[in-house]
Amino acid sequence: MSGINDFAFRIATVNGTGSASANSLLMQAIFRMGVPVTGKNIFPSNIQGLPTFYEIRVSKDGYTARPPVVDLVVALNPATYARDVALVRPGGYLVYDASWPLDPTLVREGITILGIPFGQLCLEHFVGDRDRTLLRNIVYAGALAALLGIDLDVIARMLTEKFAKKQKLLDANNTAIRLGYDYAKAHCECPLPIHLEPMEATGEFIILDGNTAAALGAVYAGATVGAWYPITPSTSLMEAFKGFCEKFRTDPETGQSRYCIVQAEDELAAAGIAIGAGWAGARAFTNTSGPGISLMQEFIGLAYYTEIPAVFYDVQRTGPATGMPTRTQQGDLLSLAYASHGDTKHIVLFPRDPEDCFRMSVTAFDLAERFQTPVFVASDLDIGMNDWMCRRLTWDDTYRPDRGKVLSADELEGVKKFSRYLDVDGDGIAARSLPGAHPNGAYFVRGSGHDKHGAYTEDSDAYQEVVDRLARKFAGAADVVPGPEIHRQAWADVGIVSLGGCDAAVREAVDQLRERGIAADYMRIRAFPFSAAVKEFLEQYGTVFVVEQNRDAQLRALLTIETGVPRDSMIPVLDYGGMPLTAQVVTMAVANHLTGAHT
Amino acid sequence: MTSIAKPPVRHPGLVRNELGLSVRDYEGSMSTLCAGCGHDSVTAALVQAAWELALPPHRAAKMSGIGCSSKTTAYFMRQSHGFNSVHGRMPSVTTGASAANRDLTYIGISGDGDSLSIGLGQLSHAIRRNVRMLYVIDNNGVYGLTKGQFSASADVGSTSKKGETNVQPPIDPVLLALTLGATFVARSFSGDKAQLVPILKAGLLHNGMALIDVISPCVTFNDHEGSTKSYKFTREHEVEISAADFVPLRREITAPAAEAGVTSVTMHDGSMVRFRQTHDGYDPTSRESAYAHVRACQLRHEVATGLLFIDERGSDMHAMANTVSTPLVDLPYEQLCPGNAALQKLMEKYR
Ligand SMILES: Cc1ncc(C[n+]2csc(CCOP(=O)(O)OP(=O)(O)O)c2C)c(N)n1
Ligand code: SF4
Ligand SMILES: [Mg+2]
Repeated sequence: MSGINDFAFRIATVNGTGSASANSLLMQAIFRMGVPVTGKNIFPSNIQGLPTFYEIRVSKDGYTARPPVVDLVVALNPATYARDVALVRPGGYLVYDASWPLDPTLVREGITILGIPFGQLCLEHFVGDRDRTLLRNIVYAGALAALLGIDLDVIARMLTEKFAKKQKLLDANNTAIRLGYDYAKAHCECPLPIHLEPMEATGEFIILDGNTAAALGAVYAGATVGAWYPITPSTSLMEAFKGFCEKFRTDPETGQSRYCIVQAEDELAAAGIAIGAGWAGARAFTNTSGPGISLMQEFIGLAYYTEIPAVFYDVQRTGPATGMPTRTQQGDLLSLAYASHGDTKHIVLFPRDPEDCFRMSVTAFDLAERFQTPVFVASDLDIGMNDWMCRRLTWDDTYRPDRGKVLSADELEGVKKFSRYLDVDGDGIAARSLPGAHPNGAYFVRGSGHDKHGAYTEDSDAYQEVVDRLARKFAGAADVVPGPEIHRQAWADVGIVSLGGCDAAVREAVDQLRERGIAADYMRIRAFPFSAAVKEFLEQYGTVFVVEQNRDAQLRALLTIETGVPRDSMIPVLDYGGMPLTAQVVTMAVANHLTGAHT
Repeated sequence: MTSIAKPPVRHPGLVRNELGLSVRDYEGSMSTLCAGCGHDSVTAALVQAAWELALPPHRAAKMSGIGCSSKTTAYFMRQSHGFNSVHGRMPSVTTGASAANRDLTYIGISGDGDSLSIGLGQLSHAIRRNVRMLYVIDNNGVYGLTKGQFSASADVGSTSKKGETNVQPPIDPVLLALTLGATFVARSFSGDKAQLVPILKAGLLHNGMALIDVISPCVTFNDHEGSTKSYKFTREHEVEISAADFVPLRREITAPAAEAGVTSVTMHDGSMVRFRQTHDGYDPTSRESAYAHVRACQLRHEVATGLLFIDERGSDMHAMANTVSTPLVDLPYEQLCPGNAALQKLMEKYR
C-alpha cells in the first residue's frame, strides 16, 4: 500500500450538501484512467446535516475490499475533525478548508497538513449560497485531481457528457474544477508521492452497485411482477427495476407496461403479492431488508409448504430491530435459511459483488420455478449500494427461463384427475398447473395440512409423506444450486471459509497471509443448501476459519447443523460493526491464531 | 376444510346454462360448517350467481384467508383454482395474482375477523388499488373458527354467548369502503338469496373491487338473544335502501330506459344494473348520498342493505398502472428480455 496507483483517501463531509456527485466523479475519473478503483459510501440514516464519508481505494493489483489504511483525508466537516485526523496513517496527508484558521483539532504530528480555501474560492467566484455549497465539492475534486494526478482531460470529458444540455452548469463545474486544481498546483507539492499513473487495467470492467445489477438480472430473467415496501438499503433495487422496465418493457405501440410494480402497504403484503403472482405463473419478486424479512415469515412458510415460486432479495443491514440501517452486515443468514415456523428450509444465494447479483438474480428465478419454492438472494448494504468495479456484464441470448414442471393446457387435456403433490419423477418435485390453464388442472392451494393430492388432511402419515418429500426436494437442490468456489494453493494446511461480500477482503487476506508464509486455501460458499464439496473442504484441514459479518457466527452454525462438522473445529472470524470488511481483520485473526497455536 | 366429494347426482332435468353446465357443476365439495351457518347460504348464492352468469369455472380463482368463512371457497366451483392463504392476507395474494393474470375472475371470500381485524390494512389497500375482484365478507360479528370471540364488527352492547357485553365501537366495512373510495359497495343478508344473487352477479362483473358485506349469522356462537348479527335481529332490522336487478348483456333490455324511480348503470361488459328506488332521494351513484343513508340507518339501529354504491368509471389497478392488456403471464419471454446487444449498450453508461 501507499504508493503509485496504490493508496486510499477519504472525504468527510456533511450529508445533503451534494458531495456524492463530486465523489463519484473522482472515482469514475480514476477508473477511466485505467486504474482499478472502488468507492465506499459511509452515510448516515438521515436526510441532511449529519456526517458522511466517502472512501476511494486505488489498487493497481485490483483489490476491491475496504482499504486497511487511509493515506489522505479531506476534512470538511468540523463535527468529525478529531476522528478524521486520527484516521490518517503516519506520514499521510490531511486536506482542510483554509478559508478559516486551522482548527487545533486538526493538528497532528507526523502528517502533512494541506490547506486549500475551498469556501473562499467559491465565495469569490460563484453567486448564491446554494451554488457555493454545491460547487465547493467540485473545487475539492479539482484540488484532489492536482494532488493525486488525476487526468484533467478525463474529468473535463466527463463533465461535458454529464452536462451536455446544460451549458451554464457545465461552465460553472469547469470553473470550479480549475479553481481547486490551480490553487493546489500553485500552493502544494503536486502530485503527492501517492498518486495516479494511467494503466490499462479497467477495459473489461464497469462501475456498478449490486442493487442495480440485481434489478437488471430480474429484468433479464423475465420477472414481470415486483412488490415492495421502501426500506434502506434495498430501495434502490426496485427503483432500478422500475427504470429498466420503463426503458426496456414499454410497449412501443401502446406505451403500456409489460410489468407491474406494486408498492405495497407493508412487507407482509409485498410477500403476499409476490406469492400470488408466482402462483398465477409470473416470475415475481420482492426486495427488502432484515425488518421486512421478519414481517414476511408467515407468508414464506406458506409459499414453502404450498410450493409456490417467488424470489426474495434481502439486502442485509446491521442489527436486530431498526439497528443501523445504513451499515452493512450478514446477520440474516439463519433467519433466511430457516425462515417461518414449523419445519422449513430455503434456498439462499450469496452474491459477492454486483456481477454476482446480476447472475444470481437469474439463477434465483430459475431455481424458484424449478423447485417451486421461495428463493432468497442474500445481498448486503455494501454490495447493494456501493460502487464496485466488476466485470462488464454479458448475456447469453440463447438463455431461456427454466419454468420447471408446469403442465400445459394440452398436457392437462389428457389428465383425468390432477394431483398437485405427486412425486412422479422421484426427484421430490411435483408438476404444477396454473390457474386458468385448463379445467382439469384446477386444484385447491391450502396452507393447512394436505396430502399428496392436495386434499385437506389431519392424518399423520399423509402429512409426513408430503413434508418428507419436501425434505427430499430440498436435498436435491444442493447439487443444483451454485456450488462452492474453491481457491487452492500448494502446501496449504489452513482452510478459510466465507461468503458474500466478505469475498474481496478474504481473497486479499489470502495473499497477505502468503506473504507471511501462511498458505491458506479458501472456499467461498455461494448457496444454501450446501453441496457435498462444502463438507469435504471443512474436513480437509487441521484448522478451518469461518469469516463472516455477524456476532453469532451464523454461517458456522449453519455449517455445523447441515454438515455435522463439529462447531468447535471451526474458528470464527467475526466482524459486525457495520463497516465493510477489510483484509487486515482476516489476516490478523488467522495469523494471531496460528502463532498462538504454534507457540 | 375437507374435500369429501359429493355424490355426483345428475338430474336429467337440471337446467343448463350457455356453457352447457348445470348448477351442480358450480358446486364444490361438501361443506363441513355447522348446520344452519349463514356462510353456507352465501356459498349457495354464489353457486347460483356464477351459474347464471355462465362463468367458465376454470377461468375463475377463489381466494380466501383463514376462518370458517374462508373455508367456503372449497365448497363451490370445484373446477376453479382455489387459494386458501393466511389469516387476513387474501387481498395481497389476490393483488399479486391479478397483477400476473388480469383475465381471471377473482372471487375473494373473507370473514369479519379476517378482513376487519388482522386484515384491515390489506383490505383497505386493496380497495385503494381497486383490484378487480369480488370481495365478500361473511360477517357474523365473531371469530367463528376460534370459537366465538367478539370481532371488530360486533356492535356496542351486543352480548356474547357467554354473556359478555361488547363495549368497543364496531368497524363497518360498508362505511369504511365508501370512505376509502371503493367503487362498488353493497350489503346483504345470507338469508335473503333473492337480494344477494343479483348483487353478486353485478359484483362479479364490476370493473374494480366489488365489496359485499354479507350479514351471515354464526348459529353456534352468535345467534342468541342480545346478538346484533343473529338471523332474528337481521330480519327485524334489515332495511333495503336500494333494490338492484341485474340485467345481463345477453338479455334484451326491454324495459323503458327512463322508468320512474329506476336508475340504470351499465357495467364494464355492457350488462346493466337497474335500481328500484325504495327510499326517497337515494342515489346509488352518489358516494355522499350512500354514506348519509347508511349512517342514518345505523343511528336508527337499522341495517341498510342493497347495492349501496356503484361507480363503473373508476380505474382499476391495471388502468392505474397502465399495464398491457395481455395478461403478464402470457407475454412471451422474447418480449421481456432486452437481449445482449441492449445490455452492451447499457454497459457504456457504467464506464
Ligand atoms: C396469524 C393467525 N392468527 C390467528 C389465527 C387463528 N384464527 C383462525 S380463524 C380466526 C378468526 C376468524 O374469524 P372470521 O374471519 O370472522 O371468520 P369466521 O370463522 O367467523 O367465519 C382466527 C383468529 C390464525 N389462523 N392465524
Ligand atoms: S362456528 Fe359459526 S361461523 Fe363457524 S361454521 Fe359454525 S356457525 Fe358457521
Ligand atoms: Mg366472523
